[in-house]
Amino acid sequence: MAVNNQIAPTRDRKKDVKKAKLTYHAMLAPGMIFLLVFSFAPMFGIIMAFQDFVPAKGFFGSEFVGLEHFKYMFNLPDIGKVFRNTIVIALGKIIFGSLLAIAFAILLNEIRLKLVKKSVQTIVYLPHFLSWVVLATVVVNLFSLDGTVNQILNSFGLDRINFLGSNTWFQPLLIGSDVWKEFGFNSVIYLAAIASVDPGLHEAASMDGANWSKRVWHITLPGMLPIILLLAILSLPNVLEGGFDQVYNLYSPIVYETGDTIDTYVYREGLVGRDYSFGAAVGLFRSVIGLILILSANNAAKKFTERKLF
Amino acid sequence: MIQGNSLSTKIGKFIIYFIVISLGLICLLPLWNIVAISFSSGSAVAANIVGLTPINFSTKAYEMIMEDAQFWRSFFISVQRVVLALALNLILIVLMAYPLSKTKREFKSRNIYMNIIIFAMLFSGGLIPTYIVIKNLNLLDTIWVLVLPGAVPIFSVILIMNFFVGVPKSLEEAAIIDGASPLQILFKVYIPVSLPALATVALFSIVGNWNDFMTGLIYMSQISNYPIMTYIQSLTIDIAELVKSGTSSEALQNIAEVQNRNLNAAKIVVSTIPLLLIYPFLQKYFVTGIVVGSVKE
Repeated sequence: MAVNNQIAPTRDRKKDVKKAKLTYHAMLAPGMIFLLVFSFAPMFGIIMAFQDFVPAKGFFGSEFVGLEHFKYMFNLPDIGKVFRNTIVIALGKIIFGSLLAIAFAILLNEIRLKLVKKSVQTIVYLPHFLSWVVLATVVVNLFSLDGTVNQILNSFGLDRINFLGSNTWFQPLLIGSDVWKEFGFNSVIYLAAIASVDPGLHEAASMDGANWSKRVWHITLPGMLPIILLLAILSLPNVLEGGFDQVYNLYSPIVYETGDTIDTYVYREGLVGRDYSFGAAVGLFRSVIGLILILSANNAAKKFTERKLF
Repeated sequence: MIQGNSLSTKIGKFIIYFIVISLGLICLLPLWNIVAISFSSGSAVAANIVGLTPINFSTKAYEMIMEDAQFWRSFFISVQRVVLALALNLILIVLMAYPLSKTKREFKSRNIYMNIIIFAMLFSGGLIPTYIVIKNLNLLDTIWVLVLPGAVPIFSVILIMNFFVGVPKSLEEAAIIDGASPLQILFKVYIPVSLPALATVALFSIVGNWNDFMTGLIYMSQISNYPIMTYIQSLTIDIAELVKSGTSSEALQNIAEVQNRNLNAAKIVVSTIPLLLIYPFLQKYFVTGIVVGSVKE
């Protein structure tokens, strides 16, 4: 902190700026190397989707087959089913998850007893931080043939339902258990949105005789609308996320019909089945649609809400 | 807020408290059931009569875990993984976030780097090409496969970058006048004022690495190399078997397997304890993280 350093000669400053820039490049280099190896090299590896890839021959020695794997893919009845399942499951999670999170945030905002509010928040955020490996056990305990839910159904004289083995029930089970896991945590951001609504509006409306439900409908919800809209748009790319962890831990061949998603399909056919090129082709198809969706979502967010993801 | 003291507002308040507390219980009770199962005797678990209190209280499952060498091997693989990944993630996050937080005038190449990073975030080679690359690097069945592919958490880099942008310029200018180099500025000025944000991304890293089972599933061929969640996943009840057995009595036939349920429950409880220990911090910093990070101008 020498005083004479305070007015550095211009030439030194220029040198410093140049040196600083070099340092910036150097700081970015390690991260860039990791991205090169673990993100961009696999992107280059996508060429295997256009080859009959044999691991021993590598990316450069394997024979090119053009769009063979894509033609095969589009002729498979499985592929439509897998994409449909993924989108239905993902949309269900997004829609019901957001609705419950919004409703819960509005109700939680009414809780005045600090102890109740804090305790409930502590509990409902917890499942978000637990792995699906753990929560799958919870779901199985509840919904297997002799699980708690079936015991309750039984005590009312109703038939047991094979939730985990039924193509009618499996999708609702996936959606429901995901909503259960995430609604609490998703409510955080809606709670923040509610807090930003001007309390003066509520007071004025109360004076005019508006009751609680009217105020929620006409003041709270419109106040939350920008955030709701933004999150809805930004969740668009997630329609291709079936949730590998969840599905993998809960599904079985009986429910492939309704429960098989893109990620589990690629894992099974491509990796376990060692059909590498085919798996890469399905993966590429998914990545391209995903990229289109995320770019559209970003543009839509910019246009409608003047915010964006990146 | 619901105001007033009339009967209808009281009923309204009661209903709201009832719904909110019920939702809390719906989240808590299924988890509590696992704890109760882990402390029950094997026969009580097999008969499926354990609800919220342990039946024939027994700590046998926990005693068995103490002697389960593979459980602890996997547990410490995960601990090792979390420590390595956390260190690597934090170093790379701050090193990348700082130059990226400069304006284009201060650092001309900034936007090029930014575009590369965003592209890597939005597009991926997919599961199979990534697997082949990692296989060619001879990383299969090593601890490094659990750490290196996720070394740069791009979302966290952007979050910290945005935080750095908000650090007052005057702090940096003062340091420059004192002759500090960019690295010194990063470590002496930016990092000390960004500790809460860094805590957030650190917790992202810890939770993500602890809970991840897919990486172990894909890249480890031997159970002895499994991290904890992959190990537990490999133990839990075979769902295909479970849904095939038509009636509950058939499902109960394999008593040995069902008795394992309390052992598995105990393993789940023990594997969750590290997360519960940091849960107070998670609650504090994740909430700020999600609010700051998810919507950025």
